[in-house]
Amino acid sequence: MIVADRKKIPEIRDMIRSHKRVLLVGCGTCVTVCLAGGEREVGILGSALRMSLKLAGCTVAVDEYTIERQCEDAFIDALAPRVKEYDAIVSLGCGAGVQTLAERFPTTPVYPGLNTQFIGILESQGVWTEKCLGCGHCRLGEFAGVCPITRCAKRLLNGPCGGSREGKCEIHADTECAWQRIYDRAKALGILAKFDAIAQPHDWSTGIDGGPRKVIREDQCIAGMGPKA
Amino acid sequence: MESEPIILALCCHYCAYAAADMAGSMRLQYPSSVRVLRFPCTGKIEVNYVLSAFERGIDGIMVAGCLEGGCHYLEGNLRARRRIERAQQFLDEIGLGAGRLEMFNLSSAEGPRFAEIATEMHERIVKLGPSPLRRERAAVMAGVEKIAQESLAALAGETK
Ligand code: SF4
Ligand code: SF4
Repeated sequence: MIVADRKKIPEIRDMIRSHKRVLLVGCGTCVTVCLAGGEREVGILGSALRMSLKLAGCTVAVDEYTIERQCEDAFIDALAPRVKEYDAIVSLGCGAGVQTLAERFPTTPVYPGLNTQFIGILESQGVWTEKCLGCGHCRLGEFAGVCPITRCAKRLLNGPCGGSREGKCEIHADTECAWQRIYDRAKALGILAKFDAIAQPHDWSTGIDGGPRKVIREDQCIAGMGPKA
Repeated sequence: MESEPIILALCCHYCAYAAADMAGSMRLQYPSSVRVLRFPCTGKIEVNYVLSAFERGIDGIMVAGCLEGGCHYLEGNLRARRRIERAQQFLDEIGLGAGRLEMFNLSSAEGPRFAEIATEMHERIVKLGPSPLRRERAAVMAGVEKIAQESLAALAGETK
């Protein structure tokens, strides 16, 4: 899932202080699961912003609304009738949610309430870690199911480097060495010999370096609305 | 009277509430600014609950739960402490200041300790002055009634 965390109150306050009526919009999908942008967090942010704005001498009305999913236009229908009552939106969705709202409401400023971090997992209660960069050409099959592109600080495809110490990466004592994980798992899987071969360089053109990406499923595109329209 | 602080004591049913009760039956004095509300466990107290109380103009909140290791629900008071710390971060960012909110731990047998922390909190809030969000006393007290009803609802939900 997409993992995000909150922006500090003063930063959000300063983005909206010149508006009159602001709607905080939560998202019920990834950011609810990572406890950053669901209904409860929207309630907390709403209270905090109203108090903070008042103390800063600003008269801005702040209301709250949470939809099921911000990154899909159909889910925004429930929100749409309310938006005309407001002169700005703060989205507690990920960056995709913020931009989907901005696209849907061309005359309403939409501000981000979260810092979108990464694609990751819940590692333990309250701790999320990054697992995938979305490189567009998954090579987990070559690396015993551990992604060196995301989890090795140097993104080495032929590791480890000389900084690997007792399973930890040299960048931080808390950071696992991805290559230690790769070799441990390869050993357990009995495929260590595969690592005698040099891994080929990565084709970064399938990632963000190749420009903004798009996934198209022709069979799912509705006539007149799909890419071939 | 108008300038007297309004402080909520969000008390766990199993410890601080009983301690407050004991303070009363021991005829111990503690400031009348402290309004005691009963919760099934401090673990029931969410950050948004605390913030919405401050939004209504409350001057200070003390959360009082069982001694660490002594929670009736095992770790409700530990969760509460983390949540109160989070709420304190928000209070700092908002500009109200973390000092208006504090968590205490005590057992049901500590009536005098309850009177002591209530007095400590009262003195702290007097020193900080009224909340800059403070409205007329009657308006804030109406808010307190709403909060009290919510705490009763939490209690009813828990004992069902
Ligand atoms: S190889 Fe690419 S797609 Fe696969 S996990 Fe790593 S970053 Fe993600
Ligand atoms: S110590 Fe391991 S994870 Fe860190 S940079 Fe070197 S190979 Fe990569």
